[in-house]
Amino acid sequence: MSSLSHRPRDPIVGQPVPHESARLHVTGQALYTDDIAARTPDALTAWPVQSPHAHARIRSIDSAAALALPGVVRVLTAVDVPGVNDCGGKGDEPLFPAEAMFHGHAVAWVLAENQDTARAGAAAVTVDYEVLPSLISVRDAIAAGSFQGTPKTVSRGDARAALATAHRVLAGVTEFSGQEHFYLETQAALATVDEGGKLFVQSSTQHPSETQEILAHVLNRPHHEVTVQSLRMGGGFGGKEMQSHGFAAIAALGALLTGRPVRVRLNRTLDMTMTGKRHGFHTTWEVGFSEDGTLLALKAQLTSDGGWCLDLSEAVLARALCHVDNAYFIPNVEVQGRVARSNKTSQTAFRGFGGPQGMLLIEDILGRSAPLLGLTPEQLRRRNFYREGQNTPYGMPVRHADRIATVWNQVFEHSDFAARRKEIDAFNTVNTDQKRGLAITPVKFGISFNLVAFNQAGALVHVYKDGSVLINHGGTEMGQGLHTKMLQVAATALGVPLSSVRLAPTRTDKVPNTSATAASSGSDLNGGAVKNACEQIVERLSVVAGGMLGAASHDVRISQGTVTALGVKNKSFPFSEVVMAAYMQRVQLWAAGFYRTEGLHWNAETMQGEPFKYFACGAAVAEVEVDGFTGAYSQRRVDIVHDAGDSLSPIVDIGQIEGGYVQGAGWLTLEDLRWDEGTGPTRGRLLTQSASTYKLPSFSEMPEIFNVHLLEHAEEEGAVYGSKAVGEPPFMLAFSVREALRAAVAAFGPAGRSVTLASPATPEAVFWAVQESREAATEAATAIPRPAIVEP
Amino acid sequence: MSNPGPLPDPLVDTDPTVTVNGTVRHFGQSPAHTTALEWLRVNGLTGAKEGCAEGECGACAILMAQTDRAGGARWGALTSCLVPMAALDGQELVTAEGLGTPSKLHPVQAAMAAAGGSQCGYCTPGFVCSMAAEFYRSDRQPVSGATAPGEPVGAHPETGPNGFDLHALSGNLCRCTGYRPIRDAAFSLPMADDDAFSRRRLTSAPEFRSTFHERDDGIFIRATTLPQAVTLLAENPGAVLVAGSTDWGVEVTIRARRAPLVIAIESIPELNVIHRGDTEIEIGAAVPLSQIEAVLGDRVPLLAQLIPQFASRLIRNRATLGGNLGTGSPIGDSPPVLLALEAQIVLVSAMGERVLPVAEYFTGYRATLKRADELIKSVRIPLPGSNVTAFHKITKRRFDDISSVAVAFSLQIDEGVITTARIGLGGVAPTPLRARATEAVLTGQLWNRKTVRHAAATLESEGTPMDDHRASSRYRTLMLSGALLKLYAQNSASPEVSS
Repeated sequence: MSSLSHRPRDPIVGQPVPHESARLHVTGQALYTDDIAARTPDALTAWPVQSPHAHARIRSIDSAAALALPGVVRVLTAVDVPGVNDCGGKGDEPLFPAEAMFHGHAVAWVLAENQDTARAGAAAVTVDYEVLPSLISVRDAIAAGSFQGTPKTVSRGDARAALATAHRVLAGVTEFSGQEHFYLETQAALATVDEGGKLFVQSSTQHPSETQEILAHVLNRPHHEVTVQSLRMGGGFGGKEMQSHGFAAIAALGALLTGRPVRVRLNRTLDMTMTGKRHGFHTTWEVGFSEDGTLLALKAQLTSDGGWCLDLSEAVLARALCHVDNAYFIPNVEVQGRVARSNKTSQTAFRGFGGPQGMLLIEDILGRSAPLLGLTPEQLRRRNFYREGQNTPYGMPVRHADRIATVWNQVFEHSDFAARRKEIDAFNTVNTDQKRGLAITPVKFGISFNLVAFNQAGALVHVYKDGSVLINHGGTEMGQGLHTKMLQVAATALGVPLSSVRLAPTRTDKVPNTSATAASSGSDLNGGAVKNACEQIVERLSVVAGGMLGAASHDVRISQGTVTALGVKNKSFPFSEVVMAAYMQRVQLWAAGFYRTEGLHWNAETMQGEPFKYFACGAAVAEVEVDGFTGAYSQRRVDIVHDAGDSLSPIVDIGQIEGGYVQGAGWLTLEDLRWDEGTGPTRGRLLTQSASTYKLPSFSEMPEIFNVHLLEHAEEEGAVYGSKAVGEPPFMLAFSVREALRAAVAAFGPAGRSVTLASPATPEAVFWAVQESREAATEAATAIPRPAIVEP
Repeated sequence: MSNPGPLPDPLVDTDPTVTVNGTVRHFGQSPAHTTALEWLRVNGLTGAKEGCAEGECGACAILMAQTDRAGGARWGALTSCLVPMAALDGQELVTAEGLGTPSKLHPVQAAMAAAGGSQCGYCTPGFVCSMAAEFYRSDRQPVSGATAPGEPVGAHPETGPNGFDLHALSGNLCRCTGYRPIRDAAFSLPMADDDAFSRRRLTSAPEFRSTFHERDDGIFIRATTLPQAVTLLAENPGAVLVAGSTDWGVEVTIRARRAPLVIAIESIPELNVIHRGDTEIEIGAAVPLSQIEAVLGDRVPLLAQLIPQFASRLIRNRATLGGNLGTGSPIGDSPPVLLALEAQIVLVSAMGERVLPVAEYFTGYRATLKRADELIKSVRIPLPGSNVTAFHKITKRRFDDISSVAVAFSLQIDEGVITTARIGLGGVAPTPLRARATEAVLTGQLWNRKTVRHAAATLESEGTPMDDHRASSRYRTLMLSGALLKLYAQNSASPEVSS
């Protein structure tokens, strides 16, 4: 039938509609997993017994004192597991460990009548630990040779030879921190036992199918005996792709053993001390430029801090390696990656999934190199953009390479960059204690799961006799507006008003074998499947309507709930009437839809292939003002032009862009994960384990002026209704604020000096960078310039 | 549980009730340490969410009818995770569910929904309540020159054309939207109609009842007179005193503390005065900071600078000066300011009253001269204040963060000469402290760069700051001198160009 990207007349997609649950959100009536638990009578509450050591062998667990407390029902330990004692995907993540691998690791769980009792019970469990040596920082892990998984390398050309002959070679070390997801809704699950001992588990998860699989192997059941539902999440950001499974497994195991509903809901302290975060990285690099600043070669070693087990670390690393190029053509590349193993939470998926880490490396390199090459950062970046016909280091053609320059030029104009650069220079000339910085950075981000098999999706569309429509698909809603878009896709594909389509919660017994809602792929994959199901129904209805209208079925058109035919004047039927007629003729009024992304291939050994359907592009201009007394800064203005293809839902997409930007700015400038790296008794403890110590962006971090534009006329062929994925790419627009801070810091020092900036660039980190700039200014006034090249 | 000791007449077990969304509910069966949030959620009102359980995220925000100190009521938003249910005996609450329904949205809810102000929706009911409180602020007036949605920032970037003060939302965190649509929703709100919530403001807020609530996990008593409170305290010196209970809440939720006896003192009249004399201002220890802000305005400029930086509106609607001093924390926001103002603390017990300078009150890490049988009655601030004052709070985040260093300056500069200098410091020692050496260096000197540089070097040596997750000790040290240099830059004659 119609091609995937073609839009009919009067499409519902593209209309700016609010989130489908907005009315429920604002009235407090939208339900989340633990709200359902609060409505479940007789539910037990589970609470973990957490290790107080970063690494320790468990000699014994004594639950007697806990069980003696009134209200404590059971203490779960490894002996209770009927199947496989593992809740990860790699076989290295025991649900009940024999060795505590990080401070806060759950070694047993207490089930009790209420949370207070469960918590008291957990405190009463006695665990005999044999404390073992631990590795906390990534530097310690590297020094100890502690790694996990398979190292990978992306290479092209001969980086070594190119560096030997390059006009200018620079080298450095770039380290950057991880990030806590801080979804407002902490991890939660509620398990109930159905008829015949079958399990029904509601989980705040991005990946119900994998939850189902893991529960099945933990409980030693076939998949069809476990049903998982994800109604909605109060934020996910990747933190509920893998990390949610263990908590659902505890709830399911507890329900099975007690016959009562069991609720797991982490409080914030538990969530922050137990669940994985964005990977911090340690990188060393060498880069070579030609005389005019053209990139010739990049040689780098990326070490991600994976924490105690693999989780998704290898896939995250692969995406990092595939994004060190960002928007820039680098002819000779040798980028090695490895995953360090440390005694911390197991780091995991987080919006961008390694992409931000890979791109931070090249943006840091360019930001530090520009002054040494005698170029402005925007000249250096612009000069190295991909051009049509060039390939990425992993061998994929950069189709529509001109879009990078297009969004860049548009935001350059929109933001009045050139004039503001002059104003800022003037401001900086007359102000000694406050300096402003302006920067522009691009984003090119590959869309699709690197692992080809994940790029498939299913949907189920029901048309009832009254013409109302119920849709179900494999994607989960975490606030990103996927359900809103799917309703718009269904209404468009069926030709009915948005109000006649409803969406039912995501469940594994409706659509099986789904992929995680991740990799920004939710709309592309599930939208393709929903559209496919709707088109099957339209095809059948067209035959029925053709008969009613006296027209060929291929001339039937359904739009806005009205059925007409080409060439048939003055005759039409309401959608519901055609539906009823179809029912009477015993025509199937529901369909299962399926979609798989075409044209992908990837060799995970050689790290070569075409793993992405397309690239999403964007560019941002940020202006900051830094206070030299404190290092505190404000974001004065941010302008963004982002390529979301032809947007399926503009309010949703702009929300993703703004929210992604601010979350990215949080990672780069504010959010500060600190672990106790000392040798005392609390070694390995997460020091910033609460909202009072781990600060995420609040209203004070919103740019004072925040202009976001979608790239117009941006149809993406081969994606649903010409749209592009938008969940992750905007996160990386926040590099603009980091580079603007670098520019402001540079303004405190002599011209032509390379500025090194820690990440996150907290006020204190900015302050120290300003101090260095000021010292350099003093030195420059009195002495010969020092060499700016830093050896790794 | 230890015995709290004999209780004076006429305390009798009460039947505590609360009015929620217009319905009277009995909660006598709830444990004494049940928070308002827990109670709401167990009773089917799950709109309020637990996001952090320490008053930092605002997902649990609800509305409470509070006194406007003028015979009427105001809708104050507060974090329900930090308030004991027992403290709400006789009070009137509204939750997001009570403001409107999906088919009949409240104007605030309609604005949030239409603007794309909700994505995952988890923080949304809390935002709606904070926004509704500001919507119904009786002195909210349209502002000329303020920011309209999408317009360049005017003179008041944090105030909307409708007079909406964005600081009303400073205690609400959203991880999805990036805040712009929430700001646009707030700035697009009309003035409040004559609806039921508006009309409620015309009559007084509910009185605080004399509550006696005893359960297995402890006893909660509201003392409504000063003699009752000091007698109870004399007999039970280990009792936990609460007013706004913002500290109690963190102890209960994060540290799982269950105190045998909690005595609420927020309704004692002597602790609720704000007395403005010619030589002194006296502020009752139990006056919520929002009320101090509203009543005093900028009468004490240093206080006026402090309060907007003190936690968030959600916390300031409950938190008090008495509580901030009572915990004895070295990083409380008010002590540096009260030190610089040479304020005094009035302590009271069954034995009588005594008055201490704030400078003598702190004796060690979370240790003070306050005896276990004493409570803080009020704080006295001498008038007139000095002519150059500033409060510098060094934080990672501008809104709602705990300081790594706080410096309060109160300098009298007459004809270019520093005649008096008082500097209060927080975050650089186990206690808040006066920077006396620096004060001595400044006093009597010309207010010029040379004096300031000399004094700044001295200021760096005051205190013994430490390294922690908020800041390094070296940064803290340099922030001391930096604060004085910045004060000079902002209060010297040399013009600075800004645009």
